[in-house]
Amino acid sequence: MATKVFMEALSPTMEEGKLVKWLKNEGDTVKSGDPLGEVETDKAIMELVARGDGVLRKRLVSEGASVPVGTLVGVIATKDENIDDLPAGAAAPPGAPAPQPEKPDVPAPAVEAQQSTGPSRGTPVPAPQPPAPPRPPAAPPAASAPPAPVPSQQQPATSGAVRSSPLARRLASERGVDLGTLQGSGPNGRIIKRDVENAPAGGARAATAPNAPAISREGDYQDVPLNNIRKVIAKRLSESIGPIPTFYLTVELDLTRVMEMRAAMAELGDEFKVSVNDVLLKAISIALSQHPEVNAHWLGDRIRNFNRVHLGMAVATDDGLIVPVIWDADRKGMAQISREAKELAKRARERKLKPEEFTGSTFSVSNLGMFGIDQFTAIINPPEAGILAIGTGEDKLVVVDGEPVVRKRVRITMSCDHRVIDGAVGAKFLQTLRRLVENPLMLVY
Amino acid sequence: MPVITYRDALGQAIREEMQRDDRVFLMGEEVGVYNGAYKVSKGFLQEFGEMRVVDTPITELGFAGVGVGAAMVGLRPIIEFMTWNFALLAIDQVVNAAAKMLYMSGGQFKMPIVFRGPNGAALQLAAQHSQAWESWLAHIPGLKVIAPGTPYDAKGLLKSAIRDDNPVCVLEGEMLYNTKGEVPDEDYIIPLGKADLKREGDHCSIITHGKMVLVAMQAADQLAKDGIRVDVVDLRTVRPMDVEAIAASVNKTNRAVVLEEGWELCGVGAQVVDYIQRECFDSLDAPVVRVHQADTPMPYAKSLEKAAKPDLPKTIAAVRKVMYLD
Repeated sequence: MATKVFMEALSPTMEEGKLVKWLKNEGDTVKSGDPLGEVETDKAIMELVARGDGVLRKRLVSEGASVPVGTLVGVIATKDENIDDLPAGAAAPPGAPAPQPEKPDVPAPAVEAQQSTGPSRGTPVPAPQPPAPPRPPAAPPAASAPPAPVPSQQQPATSGAVRSSPLARRLASERGVDLGTLQGSGPNGRIIKRDVENAPAGGARAATAPNAPAISREGDYQDVPLNNIRKVIAKRLSESIGPIPTFYLTVELDLTRVMEMRAAMAELGDEFKVSVNDVLLKAISIALSQHPEVNAHWLGDRIRNFNRVHLGMAVATDDGLIVPVIWDADRKGMAQISREAKELAKRARERKLKPEEFTGSTFSVSNLGMFGIDQFTAIINPPEAGILAIGTGEDKLVVVDGEPVVRKRVRITMSCDHRVIDGAVGAKFLQTLRRLVENPLMLVY
Repeated sequence: MPVITYRDALGQAIREEMQRDDRVFLMGEEVGVYNGAYKVSKGFLQEFGEMRVVDTPITELGFAGVGVGAAMVGLRPIIEFMTWNFALLAIDQVVNAAAKMLYMSGGQFKMPIVFRGPNGAALQLAAQHSQAWESWLAHIPGLKVIAPGTPYDAKGLLKSAIRDDNPVCVLEGEMLYNTKGEVPDEDYIIPLGKADLKREGDHCSIITHGKMVLVAMQAADQLAKDGIRVDVVDLRTVRPMDVEAIAASVNKTNRAVVLEEGWELCGVGAQVVDYIQRECFDSLDAPVVRVHQADTPMPYAKSLEKAAKPDLPKTIAAVRKVMYLD
């Protein structure tokens, strides 16, 4: 049976994609999972992969062309299968956007447009692919392997749902493996741990996705219904400054102790070197974790206060601004934040970020200190309720105990969505941030 | 280290505690002149005299009640039941008096009492004398329930039970009394409520207690020949249960078999499985499998009794099942 190749929604907001380059020629043999071509989405260049085995019989879009999501771009079939009817008869189904994850920890799977004609929100499991020829049970990894299993029933689940063990689901989510592409070796085709571990794509992606979101837990956030005061604030202030009634709070923080700490850490060796920005990211994350009322999203009819901190970090690239996300930043050490920030910025500039790496932030930060900007205001990235703009750290003459002294200071300006954050609430958050930055030993706790 | 029987390990524990604290005394049927129905208290009557080694008539409810009263006024009785099957006659004293006294007296009366005796099936003792009672007892707030599976655990846990200020039910085993193991001569105790990882492996957990620990260890040996490495978690104490130990093991192995002597419905294993689904849901790679007695009164016929009891072949089959090997 022929497999149609569609332009897939490779990012949550993608509506059309440019086929930058074909990686397979007509007549090439392809296997499910093989990259067929490179597609430029609105944010990154991603691979379009085969969803079936066979020969790439037709390429229907030329390199450089942009087509809407859901457009038929190629056909995979057996060598001698008649596919004459296919390209003509296949009206492109309506482009189905990838499901926007309800919670920021479900990576949006690529949706096979053929299968998803309705709204796909809330059903992130793609329909099963045509069953691949049964393969022998994968040999378990030698190190911890029990003896080769005698698989029971190998038929894939026929109900349409993907059967999988809780552990397999967790591992797949951590490694960014799409369960729909796997064949289960457990009873009734259940996908179990060894199937996820043996998935080649999973292994490869696991290595490059240190940022993969952890599993969803109860209590990731609380939705707070709007009380009347909030409703009036939202309505009146949006009429004044709209659509997001923003106000700004600026603080100047003393970096003396941060500089002392960095110097002390650097003496311990190169692996302990962190930048001022890394320390600030850590401090901001901890402060956010203590202020879920600021670490919040405006959702129109309610406010969502997050208990987990996924920190967006604005990165300038040649193509424009992009905001990769450090997941659970408050629970990560400075060294890890430093590594991830560097890695994310690098891959952002190379346009190699995966969608789940630049979606799901609960709050964002922008830093123009390296350009010598003293102070600026950043624009809120909705539905987030605020953003911090970090200026340059510089020596300033300040008065301490009545004496003029030179101190390293940094100016941070917070843009607040007044529908969520009142002035005093934002100010209290900045107080917490000041305490942390000016006493950075508190970050150890 | 000396190798002694489970029977002698229990005897050592009681003797040492009676020497250590003169409030401790032993009471029950045949504990004195006859040296104990299972010879746990051999020589005790001569050593401690009849004020502290008290033979009773065949009156379980009566002497359990005498024990409760003695504990209320400051003594530390050890009540021996000839088997836990006979303790059914005394269950009102165990459940309604001993387990409730501290609570219903508003904390005025402690209840430092031990109820002990063999539990579960031996061999062809038929339906009324072949029952495992731990799920009954563990159900009751106010009681502690221990089920040692080895001589070492028997001594250390019984000493803890005697020193505990709460009623502790000690579930021994007729088939365990002659088993041998290393037991230190000196004084040591094993805290109540702590499981013991008797064997380490990473493919599957067997969670069990009491007599079935031996079966689990044999299963571990046999499975190892096929390259299957199992964790054997010996709960040792059924109430309070060591949930952390269960979770640590299952989160490591991702698969579990729960093995017990008793019946399936509302059994100890049912509670273990509940803890597993609460604490280890996202670590499970297969449904948990239970091994237990068939849901029937224990048959007398040898062949049927064997068919009804949990045993080595059933345990191995269960492990292979959760490993998806069969």
